[in-house]
Amino acid sequence: MHNNYVYIKIPSLSVNESFTRAAVAAFCSSLNPTMNEISDIKTAVSEAVTNAVVHAYEDEIGEIEIKCMIKGQVVEIIVEDFGCGIVDVERAREPLFTTRPEQERSGMGFSVMESFMDELVILSEKDVGTKVILRKKISEKKQKIINEEILDEKQEDDE
Amino acid sequence: MNIQFIETGQVLKIKLKGDLDHHSADEVRGLIDEKIKNEKFNKLVIDFKGLDFIDSSGIGFVIGRYKVIRKRNGVIEIVNASNKVRKILDMSGIGKIINIK
Repeated sequence: MHNNYVYIKIPSLSVNESFTRAAVAAFCSSLNPTMNEISDIKTAVSEAVTNAVVHAYEDEIGEIEIKCMIKGQVVEIIVEDFGCGIVDVERAREPLFTTRPEQERSGMGFSVMESFMDELVILSEKDVGTKVILRKKISEKKQKIINEEILDEKQEDDE
Repeated sequence: MNIQFIETGQVLKIKLKGDLDHHSADEVRGLIDEKIKNEKFNKLVIDFKGLDFIDSSGIGFVIGRYKVIRKRNGVIEIVNASNKVRKILDMSGIGKIINIK
Protein backbone atom coordinates (compact mmCIF):
# COMPACT_ATOMS: atom_id res chain seq x y z
CA MET A 1 0.00 0.00 0.00
CA HIS A 2 1.25 3.47 -0.88
CA ASN A 3 1.98 5.73 2.07
CA ASN A 4 -0.51 8.54 2.42
CA TYR A 5 0.55 12.16 2.93
CA VAL A 6 -0.69 15.73 2.87
CA TYR A 7 1.14 19.07 2.58
CA ILE A 8 -0.17 22.30 4.00
CA LYS A 9 1.48 25.69 3.45
CA ILE A 10 0.31 28.69 5.45
CA PRO A 11 1.41 32.25 6.17
CA SER A 12 2.50 32.58 9.80
CA LEU A 13 -0.81 34.06 10.99
CA SER A 14 -2.07 32.93 14.38
CA VAL A 15 -5.57 32.41 12.96
CA ASN A 16 -4.15 29.37 11.11
CA GLU A 17 -3.18 27.53 14.32
CA SER A 18 -6.65 26.05 14.84
CA PHE A 19 -7.08 25.19 11.17
CA THR A 20 -3.77 23.33 11.02
CA ARG A 21 -4.33 21.14 14.08
CA ALA A 22 -7.87 20.34 12.91
CA ALA A 23 -6.63 19.47 9.40
CA VAL A 24 -3.88 17.17 10.73
CA ALA A 25 -6.37 15.50 13.09
CA ALA A 26 -8.80 14.92 10.21
CA PHE A 27 -6.01 13.48 8.06
CA CYS A 28 -5.02 11.02 10.81
CA SER A 29 -8.58 9.74 11.18
CA SER A 30 -7.96 6.98 8.61
CA LEU A 31 -5.86 5.20 11.26
CA ASN A 32 -8.90 5.09 13.53
CA PRO A 33 -7.18 6.79 16.48
CA THR A 34 -8.74 7.05 19.94
CA MET A 35 -10.03 10.40 21.21
CA ASN A 36 -6.96 10.64 23.46
CA GLU A 37 -4.56 9.98 20.59
CA ILE A 38 -6.26 12.64 18.44
CA SER A 39 -6.22 15.09 21.33
CA ASP A 40 -2.48 14.49 21.87
CA ILE A 41 -1.70 15.01 18.17
CA LYS A 42 -3.80 18.19 17.99
CA THR A 43 -2.04 19.63 21.03
CA ALA A 44 1.47 18.77 19.78
CA VAL A 45 0.78 20.23 16.31
CA SER A 46 -0.67 23.36 17.88
CA GLU A 47 2.51 23.79 19.94
CA ALA A 48 4.80 23.37 16.93
CA VAL A 49 2.81 25.72 14.68
CA THR A 50 2.43 28.31 17.45
CA ASN A 51 6.21 28.25 17.99
CA ALA A 52 6.72 29.01 14.29
CA VAL A 53 4.07 31.77 14.34
CA VAL A 54 5.49 33.42 17.47
CA HIS A 55 9.24 33.00 17.05
CA ALA A 56 10.31 32.35 13.45
CA TYR A 57 9.69 35.67 11.72
CA GLU A 58 9.80 38.38 14.41
CA ASP A 59 7.21 40.96 13.30
CA GLU A 60 7.11 39.81 9.68
CA ILE A 61 4.84 37.20 8.16
CA GLY A 62 6.65 34.23 6.65
CA GLU A 63 5.67 30.78 5.49
CA ILE A 64 5.14 27.61 7.49
CA GLU A 65 4.98 24.19 5.87
CA ILE A 66 3.26 21.26 7.50
CA LYS A 67 3.82 17.80 6.07
CA CYS A 68 1.87 14.93 7.48
CA MET A 69 2.61 11.32 6.55
CA ILE A 70 1.15 8.00 7.54
CA LYS A 71 3.69 5.16 7.55
CA GLY A 72 2.00 1.98 8.65
CA GLN A 73 0.56 2.79 12.08
CA VAL A 74 2.88 5.76 12.58
CA VAL A 75 1.92 9.37 11.97
CA GLU A 76 4.82 11.68 11.16
CA ILE A 77 4.23 15.42 11.20
CA ILE A 78 6.90 17.88 10.08
CA VAL A 79 6.41 21.55 10.89
CA GLU A 80 8.98 23.70 9.11
CA ASP A 81 9.66 27.41 8.97
CA PHE A 82 12.33 29.41 7.16
CA GLY A 83 12.85 32.04 9.83
CA CYS A 84 15.43 33.03 12.42
CA GLY A 85 16.21 29.55 13.74
CA ILE A 86 16.93 28.49 17.31
CA VAL A 87 20.44 29.34 18.50
CA ASP A 88 20.50 26.86 21.38
CA VAL A 89 18.13 23.93 20.76
CA GLU A 90 19.07 22.12 23.98
CA ARG A 91 18.18 25.19 26.01
CA ALA A 92 14.93 25.70 24.10
CA ARG A 93 13.93 22.12 25.01
CA GLU A 94 14.29 22.82 28.73
CA PRO A 95 10.92 23.01 30.49
CA LEU A 96 9.76 26.58 31.14
CA PHE A 97 12.54 28.15 29.05
CA THR A 98 11.19 31.02 26.96
CA THR A 99 12.65 34.02 25.18
CA ARG A 100 9.30 35.82 25.40
CA PRO A 101 8.09 35.86 29.02
CA GLU A 102 6.56 39.33 28.47
CA GLN A 103 4.18 37.77 25.93
CA GLU A 104 2.99 35.24 28.50
CA ARG A 105 4.74 32.38 26.74
CA SER A 106 4.85 29.50 29.21
CA GLY A 107 7.98 27.86 27.80
CA MET A 108 6.25 24.50 27.82
CA GLY A 109 5.84 23.95 24.08
CA PHE A 110 8.62 21.42 23.48
CA SER A 111 7.87 19.62 26.77
CA VAL A 112 4.26 19.16 25.66
CA MET A 113 5.31 17.90 22.22
CA GLU A 114 7.75 15.48 23.84
CA SER A 115 5.28 14.05 26.31
CA PHE A 116 2.24 13.90 23.99
CA MET A 117 4.11 12.26 21.08
CA ASP A 118 6.43 9.25 20.91
CA GLU A 119 9.27 11.14 19.29
CA LEU A 120 10.36 14.75 18.89
CA VAL A 121 13.26 15.84 16.67
CA ILE A 122 14.28 19.49 16.37
CA LEU A 123 16.56 20.57 13.55
CA SER A 124 17.44 24.23 13.45
CA GLU A 125 19.97 26.57 11.93
CA LYS A 126 20.32 30.26 12.67
CA ASP A 127 18.77 32.44 9.93
CA VAL A 128 17.85 29.35 7.89
CA GLY A 129 14.90 27.97 9.81
CA THR A 130 13.57 25.28 12.08
CA LYS A 131 12.19 21.84 11.37
CA VAL A 132 10.23 20.03 14.05
CA ILE A 133 9.50 16.35 13.47
CA LEU A 134 6.79 14.69 15.54
CA ARG A 135 6.03 10.97 15.44
CA LYS A 136 3.33 8.94 17.12
CA LYS A 137 2.28 5.32 16.74
CA ILE A 138 -1.45 4.89 16.64
CA SER A 139 -2.66 1.80 18.48
CA GLU A 140 -4.18 -0.87 16.25
CA LYS A 141 -7.86 -1.47 16.92
CA LYS A 142 -9.81 -4.63 16.38
CA GLN A 143 -11.63 -4.31 13.09
CA LYS A 144 -15.40 -4.44 13.23
CA ILE A 145 -16.63 -7.68 11.71
CA ILE A 146 -19.19 -6.97 9.06
CA ASN A 147 -21.85 -9.59 8.60
CA GLU A 148 -21.23 -10.83 5.05
CA GLU A 149 -24.82 -11.88 4.49
CA ILE A 150 -26.09 -8.38 5.22
CA LEU A 151 -23.40 -6.98 2.94
CA ASP A 152 -24.48 -9.37 0.11
CA GLU A 153 -28.11 -8.39 0.54
CA LYS A 154 -27.19 -4.74 0.39
CA GLN A 155 -25.23 -5.27 -2.82
CA GLU A 156 -28.21 -7.06 -4.38
CA ASP A 157 -30.45 -4.16 -3.36
CA ASP A 158 -28.05 -1.74 -4.99
CA GLU A 159 -28.20 -3.68 -8.26
CA MET B 1 -13.70 31.70 21.45
CA ASN B 2 -16.80 32.70 23.36
CA ILE B 3 -16.50 34.48 26.71
CA GLN B 4 -19.08 35.21 29.40
CA PHE B 5 -18.66 37.10 32.68
CA ILE B 6 -20.71 36.48 35.80
CA GLU B 7 -20.18 38.90 38.70
CA THR B 8 -21.07 37.92 42.28
CA GLY B 9 -19.75 40.50 44.75
CA GLN B 10 -15.96 40.24 44.75
CA VAL B 11 -15.97 37.10 42.64
CA LEU B 12 -15.72 37.22 38.86
CA LYS B 13 -16.58 34.04 37.02
CA ILE B 14 -15.23 33.75 33.47
CA LYS B 15 -16.84 31.12 31.27
CA LEU B 16 -14.75 30.18 28.25
CA LYS B 17 -16.15 28.28 25.30
CA GLY B 18 -14.22 26.91 22.33
CA ASP B 19 -10.45 26.65 21.88
CA LEU B 20 -7.96 28.41 24.15
CA ASP B 21 -4.78 28.71 22.09
CA HIS B 22 -2.28 31.46 21.25
CA HIS B 23 -4.67 33.14 18.79
CA SER B 24 -7.79 33.12 20.98
CA ALA B 25 -5.83 34.02 24.14
CA ASP B 26 -4.70 37.20 22.37
CA GLU B 27 -8.34 37.92 21.53
CA VAL B 28 -9.79 37.52 25.04
CA ARG B 29 -6.85 38.82 27.10
CA GLY B 30 -7.87 42.48 26.63
CA LEU B 31 -11.52 41.83 27.50
CA ILE B 32 -10.62 40.03 30.72
CA ASP B 33 -7.94 42.51 31.79
CA GLU B 34 -10.35 45.41 31.23
CA LYS B 35 -12.84 43.67 33.51
CA ILE B 36 -10.37 42.79 36.28
CA LYS B 37 -8.99 46.33 36.35
CA ASN B 38 -11.79 46.77 38.86
CA GLU B 39 -9.92 46.19 42.13
CA LYS B 40 -13.02 44.90 43.89
CA PHE B 41 -12.53 41.47 42.32
CA ASN B 42 -10.28 39.35 44.52
CA LYS B 43 -11.29 35.98 43.17
CA LEU B 44 -11.41 34.78 39.57
CA VAL B 45 -13.22 31.57 38.79
CA ILE B 46 -12.30 30.32 35.32
CA ASP B 47 -14.95 27.90 34.10
CA PHE B 48 -13.60 25.46 31.47
CA LYS B 49 -16.87 23.60 31.01
CA GLY B 50 -17.26 24.64 27.37
CA LEU B 51 -13.56 24.36 26.56
CA ASP B 52 -12.78 22.02 23.65
CA PHE B 53 -9.05 22.59 23.43
CA ILE B 54 -6.16 24.10 25.37
CA ASP B 55 -2.42 24.12 24.75
CA SER B 56 0.57 25.68 26.54
CA SER B 57 -0.44 29.14 25.28
CA GLY B 58 -3.63 28.69 27.30
CA ILE B 59 -1.53 27.86 30.36
CA GLY B 60 0.57 30.99 29.79
CA PHE B 61 -2.64 32.98 29.57
CA VAL B 62 -3.97 31.63 32.90
CA ILE B 63 -0.61 32.32 34.61
CA GLY B 64 -0.75 35.87 33.21
CA ARG B 65 -4.14 36.50 34.89
CA TYR B 66 -2.81 34.90 38.09
CA LYS B 67 0.00 37.48 38.15
CA VAL B 68 -2.53 40.31 37.89
CA ILE B 69 -4.81 39.01 40.64
CA ARG B 70 -1.95 37.99 42.97
CA LYS B 71 -0.87 41.65 43.18
CA ARG B 72 -4.03 42.37 45.19
CA ASN B 73 -3.69 39.14 47.20
CA GLY B 74 -6.51 37.55 45.24
CA VAL B 75 -6.91 33.96 44.10
CA ILE B 76 -7.76 32.07 40.92
CA GLU B 77 -9.76 28.90 40.69
CA ILE B 78 -10.28 26.64 37.66
CA VAL B 79 -13.50 24.64 37.53
CA ASN B 80 -15.02 22.01 35.23
CA ALA B 81 -11.82 20.97 33.43
CA SER B 82 -12.37 17.89 31.24
CA ASN B 83 -9.86 15.03 31.30
CA LYS B 84 -8.03 16.18 28.18
CA VAL B 85 -7.80 19.76 29.52
CA ARG B 86 -6.72 18.35 32.86
CA LYS B 87 -3.85 16.46 31.24
CA ILE B 88 -2.04 19.64 30.23
CA LEU B 89 -2.98 21.48 33.44
CA ASP B 90 -1.40 18.68 35.47
CA MET B 91 1.68 18.61 33.26
CA SER B 92 2.26 22.34 33.75
CA GLY B 93 2.21 22.12 37.54
CA ILE B 94 -0.17 25.10 37.56
CA GLY B 95 -2.09 23.34 40.35
CA LYS B 96 0.62 24.47 42.79
CA ILE B 97 -0.49 28.09 42.50
CA ILE B 98 -4.06 27.78 41.26
CA ASN B 99 -6.86 25.78 42.79
CA ILE B 100 -8.22 23.25 40.24
CA LYS B 101 -11.61 21.80 41.03
